[in-house]
Amino acid sequence: MERNIAHIALFAALIAALGLVPPIALGFGVPISAQPLGVMLAGAVLGARRGAAAVGLFVLLVALGLPLLVGGRGGLGVFATPTAGFVLGFPVAAFVTGLFVEHVRIRPAGLAAGLGSVLGGIVVLYAMGIVGIAINADKASAESAVLVLVFVPGDLLKAAITGMLVQAIARTRPQTLAWHHAPAGQGDIRL
Amino acid sequence: MISLISPVRTRAHGWPAGAKLAALCVVSTALFLTGNPWVHAGALAAVLVGYALPGREFLRAGLRGLRLLLPFVVIVLLWHLVTRDLATGVVICLRMATVVALANLVTMTTRLDQMIEVLRSLTAPLRRIGLPVHLLDTAIPLMIRFTPVLVTRAQALALAWRARAIRRPGWRLILPLTLQALDDADHVAEALRARGGPLCPEQNSHLT
Repeated sequence: MERNIAHIALFAALIAALGLVPPIALGFGVPISAQPLGVMLAGAVLGARRGAAAVGLFVLLVALGLPLLVGGRGGLGVFATPTAGFVLGFPVAAFVTGLFVEHVRIRPAGLAAGLGSVLGGIVVLYAMGIVGIAINADKASAESAVLVLVFVPGDLLKAAITGMLVQAIARTRPQTLAWHHAPAGQGDIRL
Repeated sequence: MISLISPVRTRAHGWPAGAKLAALCVVSTALFLTGNPWVHAGALAAVLVGYALPGREFLRAGLRGLRLLLPFVVIVLLWHLVTRDLATGVVICLRMATVVALANLVTMTTRLDQMIEVLRSLTAPLRRIGLPVHLLDTAIPLMIRFTPVLVTRAQALALAWRARAIRRPGWRLILPLTLQALDDADHVAEALRARGGPLCPEQNSHLT
């Protein structure tokens, strides 16, 4: 119990820190925020439930008024902007990423984490983000979809980095990745 | 830690947080139900007057919070210009600006502890049906405490990187930062256990 709370709170703080520290902005010409990387990492390292709890705690504190989103954004206003779907989709993205690494058995661990991040942090997150744009900016979903696709290459890069980070964690701190050494359960997909 | 609450004291700082949030919900819902451009223009004007009343500094901080809507406003207006339905586009932009401005206004005039108090009363029914929402009382302060700690760590790591390399530190800093955070989490878990575990609902009622 104490271990779970500590991990959830520390990962929420890590996601906040990744958005606040400018040197970590991934520079490839355009500054790319590292915050979604933190969301993918939370799901891939902590697993579905604890990962979603960590990201949910982060989103909750943004709603309560802390300027923790990239660019110092925060507060209730965030949830009325067209980007609300992405912010509310963060916990779901972490959950799906965690589900993937827990139930799809792929070795090495980094590959599982990378693919899980693509599914959770890109496919699911963008689906929710586009719904958010359609609601808050009231445009037909199809058009807004084209606009946000600009960010997909950057997020693919983040999924790849998440994979590399999880691979390194599996080597240096295997005890952290509970899903990595859990025995395969029934219904798990083996690849 | 920095927060979005305005240093300029306004009368709204003293209003109960729950009432402000309820009003925000009612007004936002009402604005989504009407399509009359004059109602929306009037609502936005009223909110902007609310920003201007406490003084210039408050107004400037408020408008800074709205600046990030600008690209969306441009896109929505352009789109509706193309589809020759500008009136709808204007209503959408006005509504978006009003609702965001109003929500920011609540955030700017409400302290974090007031918001947490509202959260606690909102989650009370969930506690009764057995969800462990009281754990939030332990998790929220932990996260608030450790965010600046991790930011300082990241800055130290970046500094150490710059002392050794010409290239900018990029994503490579995230691994040591994550490993340190995981170590911290283990230490915090031990410390929590040594102190008798997370706060229980009964202990909380004494604290507040």
